[in-house]
Amino acid sequence: MEYLAVFSPLFAFLVVGLLGKSLGDKASQFITCAAVIIAAISSVMLFNDVILHADPRLIMVASWINVGDFVVNWSLRIDQLTVVMMCVITVVSSCVHVYSVGYMSHDDAKARFMAYLSLFTFAMLMLVTSDNLLQLFFGWEGVGVASYLLIGFWNHKESANSASIKAFIVNRIGDFGLALGIMAIFMVFGTVNFTEIFGSVQAHTDDVITFLGNDFHALTVIGMLLFIGAMGKSAQLGLHTWLPDAMEGPTPVSALIHAATMVTAGVFLVARFSPLYEFAPDALIVIAVVGASTAFVAATIGMTQFDIKRVIAYSTMSQLGYMFFALGVSAYGAAMFHLMTHAFFKGLLFLGAGSVIHAMSNEQDMRKMGGLWKKIPVTYTLMWIGGLALAGIPLFAGYYSKDMILEAAYADHTWFGDFAFWAGISAAFMTAFYTWRLMIMTFHGKSRAPIEVQKKVHESPSVMIFPLVVLAIGAIFSGVVFYGGFVGTYGGEFPDQHSQEVVAHAASVQDEHGAIPWDRHAFWGDSILVLPENDTVAAAHHVPDWVKKLPLVMGLSGIVLAYVFYLLFPALPRFFTFIFMPFHALFFRKWFFDEIYDAVFVRPARCIGKIFWKTGDKGLIDGLGPDGLSGLSRRIGGLLGKMQSGYIYHYAFVMVVSVIGLLSWVFIRAGGII
Amino acid sequence: MGFPILSLLVLLPLVGVLFIVLIRGSEETVKRNARHTALFTSLFVLGVSLMLLFEFDISDAGFQFVEHKTWMPTLGLTYSLGVDGISLFFVMLAAFLTPVCILASWSSIEHRVREYMIAFLILETFMIGTFLALDTFLFYVFFEGVLIPMFLIIGVWGGPRRVYAAFKLFLYTLLGSVLMLVALLTLYFQVGTSSIPELIANPVARDLQMWLWLACFASFAVKMPMWPFHTWLPDAHVEAPTAGSVILAGVLLKMGGYGFLRFSIPMFPEATEYFMPFVFWLSIIAIIYTSLVALVQEDMKKLIAYSSVAHMGFVTLGLFTMTTQGLQGGVFQMISHGLISAALFLCVGVVYDRLHTREMSKYGGIVKNMPRYATIFMILMLASVGLPGTSGFVGEFLSLLGAFQVDILVAAFATTGVVLGAAYMLVLYRRVVFGPVKNKEAAAMSDVNKRELLMLVPIVLMVIALGIAPNFILDRTGPALEKLQSHYQYHIGTDMGDYNNE
Repeated sequence: MEYLAVFSPLFAFLVVGLLGKSLGDKASQFITCAAVIIAAISSVMLFNDVILHADPRLIMVASWINVGDFVVNWSLRIDQLTVVMMCVITVVSSCVHVYSVGYMSHDDAKARFMAYLSLFTFAMLMLVTSDNLLQLFFGWEGVGVASYLLIGFWNHKESANSASIKAFIVNRIGDFGLALGIMAIFMVFGTVNFTEIFGSVQAHTDDVITFLGNDFHALTVIGMLLFIGAMGKSAQLGLHTWLPDAMEGPTPVSALIHAATMVTAGVFLVARFSPLYEFAPDALIVIAVVGASTAFVAATIGMTQFDIKRVIAYSTMSQLGYMFFALGVSAYGAAMFHLMTHAFFKGLLFLGAGSVIHAMSNEQDMRKMGGLWKKIPVTYTLMWIGGLALAGIPLFAGYYSKDMILEAAYADHTWFGDFAFWAGISAAFMTAFYTWRLMIMTFHGKSRAPIEVQKKVHESPSVMIFPLVVLAIGAIFSGVVFYGGFVGTYGGEFPDQHSQEVVAHAASVQDEHGAIPWDRHAFWGDSILVLPENDTVAAAHHVPDWVKKLPLVMGLSGIVLAYVFYLLFPALPRFFTFIFMPFHALFFRKWFFDEIYDAVFVRPARCIGKIFWKTGDKGLIDGLGPDGLSGLSRRIGGLLGKMQSGYIYHYAFVMVVSVIGLLSWVFIRAGGII
Repeated sequence: MGFPILSLLVLLPLVGVLFIVLIRGSEETVKRNARHTALFTSLFVLGVSLMLLFEFDISDAGFQFVEHKTWMPTLGLTYSLGVDGISLFFVMLAAFLTPVCILASWSSIEHRVREYMIAFLILETFMIGTFLALDTFLFYVFFEGVLIPMFLIIGVWGGPRRVYAAFKLFLYTLLGSVLMLVALLTLYFQVGTSSIPELIANPVARDLQMWLWLACFASFAVKMPMWPFHTWLPDAHVEAPTAGSVILAGVLLKMGGYGFLRFSIPMFPEATEYFMPFVFWLSIIAIIYTSLVALVQEDMKKLIAYSSVAHMGFVTLGLFTMTTQGLQGGVFQMISHGLISAALFLCVGVVYDRLHTREMSKYGGIVKNMPRYATIFMILMLASVGLPGTSGFVGEFLSLLGAFQVDILVAAFATTGVVLGAAYMLVLYRRVVFGPVKNKEAAAMSDVNKRELLMLVPIVLMVIALGIAPNFILDRTGPALEKLQSHYQYHIGTDMGDYNNE
């Protein structure tokens, strides 16, 4: 079952990738969809075994690298955290696979597209099932490559190529940190295997890493380096510039990779390393601050964009920021909860946007949409569900997870917890605002599209609608259903004694089917470690009432404001844009990250490269070296007047002279023998 | 002494040469027969080398299949061959890449085919001999001998600026080897033997080690090539015919790293320790500097040549850490780079044969007509970037892992090469394969044919296989490198304890 869950997408990729041409489109689509659905069914069955029956497992597949103490195996670590990720990945991936059959029906490289999707799914599964950092890195880079291939899928477009390269290289900058983190872990722990690392963290809490003569707290350094990797993959502020550009890829790709799964790999990495981060509080502070800033900045940009996919992309970045500051206040369960609900509703929103784009003959600019709700009512309804979940309206999934995160941040009672709370609250308002701005601009008012486009508007085929319905079910119910398991406490009350006792208690009260009850300690088992004094999820159940209600109030007022701005008084946005010109410019131009990076890194790198090449290699090294030498010998040759004009004699001359010189020196030194 | 398999490996190509010399007939017959004879001979050598691989005893850290004959008794010189875990895969690499090179030249070399094939077979003898020699002077003969056919291959069958390139190659390498000869002579007079194992067992005094280390370094650093002795390489690559580039990048560059492992480190351990930081910084400069230079190249071959210098920077970095991971990583990186860069040059050759230009701007949008080529090139490009799951990752990562244990700053600088490497390779691929069609002739090129697939597919498969199961090589190189490491630690007086547990 474990093998089936992980390797069937690989099988599909190899078969379709190698034989796609001879199989034909239909067979290719069938094989890839079937393989991923098999993986999804196996994952759900594993969920039952591993979580409901508390039976995590570790399977060694094969030996990989074996050098001295550095021993790394290909292995499958299927514990609670992994299984949650596996279910999210395979379920969303199945939806996207099926959806793609409809969405890509006009493309002539269907088999290649499906093969890439399967490759991505496999790499992502390798990432989450890894029991060591190196296999995780394999999956990490593997999803990066799949993302690169899929962003640049329409490789005749220059913009797609630029975007795919940008995504790969910005991610590589993150990987730079991750790779150094792996090396640091090996230096400190002598191993890169999770089981051994987590088992010995407490023995290394006082270790230091000496760098440039200074001693640094080893676990904090490791935590920071791993977080740099997470920042790249999860588009956190500073390393986020690739994500909006990645929207160049086909929309199913944006939904699968750049909303639901790959970008959450960073969240998974930090949650996986909770046993280490719990002992690196300074690293957690950095994570909280970066996450909160990302949530805020991305939301401000999201309010000003006009490309429907870019709005959702900035929204994704902002939501990832929520997950990270949840991690930063040790609310790992809440972060994972939001990761799951977000995968459903954001996947839904993206695929819904894809359905809109499909209907609008590939138009993505919301200024050229409007009035679509009557023509594509099913898509409209489904987008509403996604929007309500994103805005955090009760009964929809996002409400439970986002509130939990905000409450946990408040309950942390630290300066960075408060910072994250207020950044999150204001981002919640902006989130609701830009979501309804998107809804209204797209679906309401008069149509602003050209007549010929308007005529062709049509509802998507059922092969595209069905996956949306599946995701919509998740976007509605995943919050209510999984609340207890991810962040709840058995019996609803928070007991005074902690951790071990609760786990033991929860595990002991198995019901007549042998299943354990809905309790976060029992749910997560040993896969997540939270020190009792850091347990903000527990404390979050006891925050004041206004803290619990504020996010909802902000969400509702954001929606209302969007109605006022874009439906009742359409002149208002322009008026406000004018009044807050500098701010609007800052937001609209995305805080100028791209321009700054271009001026500080990209151009100088090419410039230095040119200087090194022309001045360094050709000028200095060749000038003093071979060319200079031949010039010198020519001059000597001219002086002697006896040399031939051919090249080789000059060189030979220099050679002979140096050989004689050196030989005599050696013999003199050796004592004049011979 | 059993069957002289090593002598067979060294001498077999010369038998092929004899046959080619004896070919008579019309020009066409000579061409055809020369090609077939050369291919057959090199495949035979490959077969023998595979036998060697399977007969090789994994658990033995010393030299195996040793052959020992007196050569010049008056001087005490011997003809002595042997193979250990360090040299085994370099021999394999040479034996594997020679038939690939002959296939690559099948239709692109049209004049003086007989001479060309002779040059390649002689080159094979010298390359294999270099890695097998256990006598310093025998080594020197092979090591320098390589230069002659290489010089001819570039100088006779090369591009328009071939004379400049050939002489630059000659000048650099000869200057280095002259210094090495001096060092070998000094060793001979000081220790009284030219046997490599004996020289390793009896290192000279520390002061003398310093000078000899520098002299040998000059030679090996040029071959590697290390910054700032690298400028001959881009010129040589650009002017060389495809097969010349393949063998140059695939095998000749590895002679430098092999030299460090066989001479510099074991014979001059104290000097090695002394010069370690010096090598580190040269390696880092090589990685960063040449990566930046590669970023602005317009010529595909020049770009890959510069990337080779950067990749060799990881090798020297790894080797001189003298940690288990660094040494293993350095050797693995050499073997992996031998395959990847060879295949990348073949890829350039494929399109060069069709369009006769190496300017990136002349290509673009060729993926539509050449999907198989695009796939192969993509895998190799990603392997060159060091993607986990390909052999490129294993060597690079192990080298860095070794460096991190010795000096974090060095490792941090070197790791930036991973980012830069991705940048120039992706840009190369994008400009050549993707994008809109800029040149109708480029877009009309035909996809790789059977002969080209025959050269490229085995390499691609090996690159992936070694990325997933690198232990096949690591298990075999391990014992010899561990022996080298403990030999080094014994001589510099550090404890035999493990570095990693610090």
